[in-house]
Amino acid sequence: MTDHLLKILFGRLSLESFPVHEPILLGTFAVVVLLGLGIVGAVTKYRLWGWLWREWFTSVDHKKIGIMYMILGIIMLLRGFADAVMMRLQQAIAFGGSEGYLNAHHYDQIFTAHGTIMIFFVAIPLVVGLINYIMPLQIGARDVAFPYLNNLSFWLTVAGALLVMVSLFVGEFSRAGWLNYVPVANLQNSPDTGPDYYLWALQIAGVGTTLSAINMVTTIIKMRAPGMTMMKMPVFCWTALCSNVLAVAIFPILTAAFALLMLDRYVGTNFFTNDLGGNPMMYWNLVWIWGHPEVYVLVLPVFGIFSEITSTFSGKRLFGYSSMVYATVVITILSFLVWLHHFFTMGSGASVNSFFGIATMVISIPTGAKIFNWLFTMYRGQIRFELPMMWVVAFLLTFTVGGMTGVLLAVPPADFVLHNSLFLVAHFHNVIIGGVVFGLFAGMTYWFPKAFGFRLDPFWGKVSFWGWVVGYWVAWTPIYIVGLMGTTRRVRHFDDPSLQPFFIVAMIGVLIIAIGIAAFLIQIAVSIRNREALRDTTGDPWHGRTLEWATSSPPPAYNFAFTPVIHDLDAWYDMKARGHEHPAGGWRPIHMPRNTGAGVILSGLALALGFAMVWYIWWLAAVSFAGMIVVIIGHSFNYDRDYHIPSEEVAATERARLAAVGA
Amino acid sequence: MALLLLPLLAGCQHAVLNPAGDVALQQRNLIYASTALMLLIIVPVMMLIVLFAWRYRKGNRQATYDPHFDHSTSLELVIWSAPLLIIIALGALTWSSTHLLDPFRPLGRVAAGKPLDPKDKPMRVQVVALDWKWLFIYPDLGIATVNELVLPVDRQVRFDITSTNMMNSFYAPTLAGMVYAMPGMRSTLHAVLNKPGEYQGMSANYSGAGFSDMKFRLRGVNAAGFDRWVGQARASGRTLPTETFLRLERPSEKVPPMRFAAVQPGLFDKVVERCVRPGTPCMSDTMMHDRGMMPKGRDAPPPTGERPEGALFKDSDQIAPAPNVTKPRRPGAPGSTDPDSARNRDMS
Repeated sequence: MTDHLLKILFGRLSLESFPVHEPILLGTFAVVVLLGLGIVGAVTKYRLWGWLWREWFTSVDHKKIGIMYMILGIIMLLRGFADAVMMRLQQAIAFGGSEGYLNAHHYDQIFTAHGTIMIFFVAIPLVVGLINYIMPLQIGARDVAFPYLNNLSFWLTVAGALLVMVSLFVGEFSRAGWLNYVPVANLQNSPDTGPDYYLWALQIAGVGTTLSAINMVTTIIKMRAPGMTMMKMPVFCWTALCSNVLAVAIFPILTAAFALLMLDRYVGTNFFTNDLGGNPMMYWNLVWIWGHPEVYVLVLPVFGIFSEITSTFSGKRLFGYSSMVYATVVITILSFLVWLHHFFTMGSGASVNSFFGIATMVISIPTGAKIFNWLFTMYRGQIRFELPMMWVVAFLLTFTVGGMTGVLLAVPPADFVLHNSLFLVAHFHNVIIGGVVFGLFAGMTYWFPKAFGFRLDPFWGKVSFWGWVVGYWVAWTPIYIVGLMGTTRRVRHFDDPSLQPFFIVAMIGVLIIAIGIAAFLIQIAVSIRNREALRDTTGDPWHGRTLEWATSSPPPAYNFAFTPVIHDLDAWYDMKARGHEHPAGGWRPIHMPRNTGAGVILSGLALALGFAMVWYIWWLAAVSFAGMIVVIIGHSFNYDRDYHIPSEEVAATERARLAAVGA
Repeated sequence: MALLLLPLLAGCQHAVLNPAGDVALQQRNLIYASTALMLLIIVPVMMLIVLFAWRYRKGNRQATYDPHFDHSTSLELVIWSAPLLIIIALGALTWSSTHLLDPFRPLGRVAAGKPLDPKDKPMRVQVVALDWKWLFIYPDLGIATVNELVLPVDRQVRFDITSTNMMNSFYAPTLAGMVYAMPGMRSTLHAVLNKPGEYQGMSANYSGAGFSDMKFRLRGVNAAGFDRWVGQARASGRTLPTETFLRLERPSEKVPPMRFAAVQPGLFDKVVERCVRPGTPCMSDTMMHDRGMMPKGRDAPPPTGERPEGALFKDSDQIAPAPNVTKPRRPGAPGSTDPDSARNRDMS
């Protein structure tokens, strides 16, 4: 009877669900608990809870939400990187008779978690965070189109990330690869909690990403400052627009595919099963129709970052602005026509494979044009090799190689021997680290002074830069080579001892990258300590060209006291060239959105719903779902959604700013 | 034993770049050709990146500074047409090579300069990916093997490939590129092995816990050697009726090679149709039935096989607690060759 009651109360959660036998997890758990207690203790001691709740958690300010996204991405980067180190260590020692230190269930979870976390909870939050912070400033807007939705999107992403983290200590994560491939993830093959954790975490976070994309598209289309026609918009905004249009188009596909798999697992339908009319390849098609455009969702904004930085630090207008814009749009459209290159070996037939192969290669034309455009932006410039520009050069050299191996993989017969090999793994790390990660670090270094009013320490930044760049090449060159020798991916141990030196070199490379990551964290700490020495009062430390540099650093809550009027591309450069003067009077009250806790509460309930569904705790699922409905309806009756910043407050803020610039 | 294996394994490490099969060789040549074609543009671009970055650094006062150089129609033309030309060339190469090396297409030659005798029918091998081992059926010879593939050299082979449960990928790097092994589906690969020797093949697509050891030995032998080997297999005396297959099908790993002197005919088709287990309807029968095209006088097949039940429909009594399966439940050797052993889920 008690057993029956326990099952009703806790579903399939039992004491056995905790990995108390696993020293690695117990150690991690102890560290996490200690860290968590430390943070909670400190926040309580300094009475910061109220401040955190009022100023940050419930904030609808796009700048604060952007910063919170960045913090989430960096924390999850540490988790994803820890997984990477564990995999590398396993592959470096598991040779000959040795099985390494990870059993199959553990190793399979680690590579699944690594990919899932790095794409969904590192790359997406970091990219969305930068867009969130910078894009409204660049178009001269006060905030995004739907400020509350922005807050909700962020917290839903956090809820998804938390669910993945919970799986580390309660139950286990999926072992079906980062796209949760069936048949491995079918109920018959994985009856455990892993795929459920994966599905619920990504469904919750995916709703957040979709809402955020809708928000950004609307913002860019509707809220540009007067005079900023589409073709006078900064390139970063163009890339953000294309990236978010893509996201709006593809995330529903992923949500639908996951929903069908959930039906298979929870209701017993047969969409992706082996029997009764189901077809696993259907799932593969659906997730890759999302998956390939997703690459461009991540990399397009990063192209935008590189464009802004190259132009600023070369002291020149971007070469070929309109061809850059068209290239971006072309990539956006073409990215829908290539998903099948992820499974040429399925046997689609030569004509289908050729079509998708050639479509993939065609993408390299606009991408190549972009590379040339950056190149000719540097041409006849005066390049200041500050840290962001160093990232650009490292990106250009690294990404070109990644692009080349990508086109090679697009040739179907070549792909037959390179598919699923470590060559492929090296290729996509080449474009994701060499493209997305380098770009994110460039962007963070470039815009950090805008967000906080002081620059990042250049010495530790350079250590971080060299750690990443050298570490990348040391870690991935050997992986390219063993891939060309016919070594496939996701293998836990090897027979051929002659491969071991390559994996040991790769391990060393990962440790060099670890130095880069550590240096980045040190850089932030050092910069905060030396913030007075690194202070920038002008709001324009790099001699920027776009509107975000026109306001103070950090910008006031309302961004611009008066909405700027745009006459030219590179609006701020144009304003400076025309002898721009800061406005000194005529302040008016500014209409602003009010903070709300609804996003945090809804996401908390979503987290409870996800956890309950994973563990079959039906009563909790019903309660939290009903709770969400109640909160949504309740929030729709909240009419206290806006307020005005009085003109005196605007005047005081702007006077302080004028005093700081010495005008 | 390990010492004996060493040179063998060292031989297969360069399988992709130094293959023993004509298809793999053509695929390698294609990799070289496309890489060379792309280097035509990649190398100058990388040199220009370094050159411009160095020449136009701020400290260099000799370099021209032209902040208004942001457009040039002729340069734009070059920028777009140079990659376009490369892609046109590469696209043509892709179109022709994809059709030429289509795995469904029977080979045109045994090796460079050695055309195929049109009278020679390809040898058929049926490949079934089981969890986690390979079953090779030689339907024309009536024999079968597990984790050992023996091929006569210079003879075209047609592989028909399927899987019982997981998605796998049939891949012998030295022979030809990989092709997926998918449950309920049949894929095809034509290939030829040109050099006798010992090679290794594997599953190249992650398929669960036993995946890392899902390898098979590939042996190339001459015609006489092949006949001898077939004789040995026939003499082994072991057969593969349905019950043995159903037992073999269950998850096991690190399975040593096995030979079967006789195979139940039509086994491969039943695997594809998912009706090996007696009493299970074949997919095509179910489809005919669903279309209302069942011939008169025949009973409808049982509508479902084993139907999985969704979690939502389970009573709380039916919900099994979910223990953390990373925990090794029993001490002992990693994995087991015994198909039914619980240790197969316990690898450590």
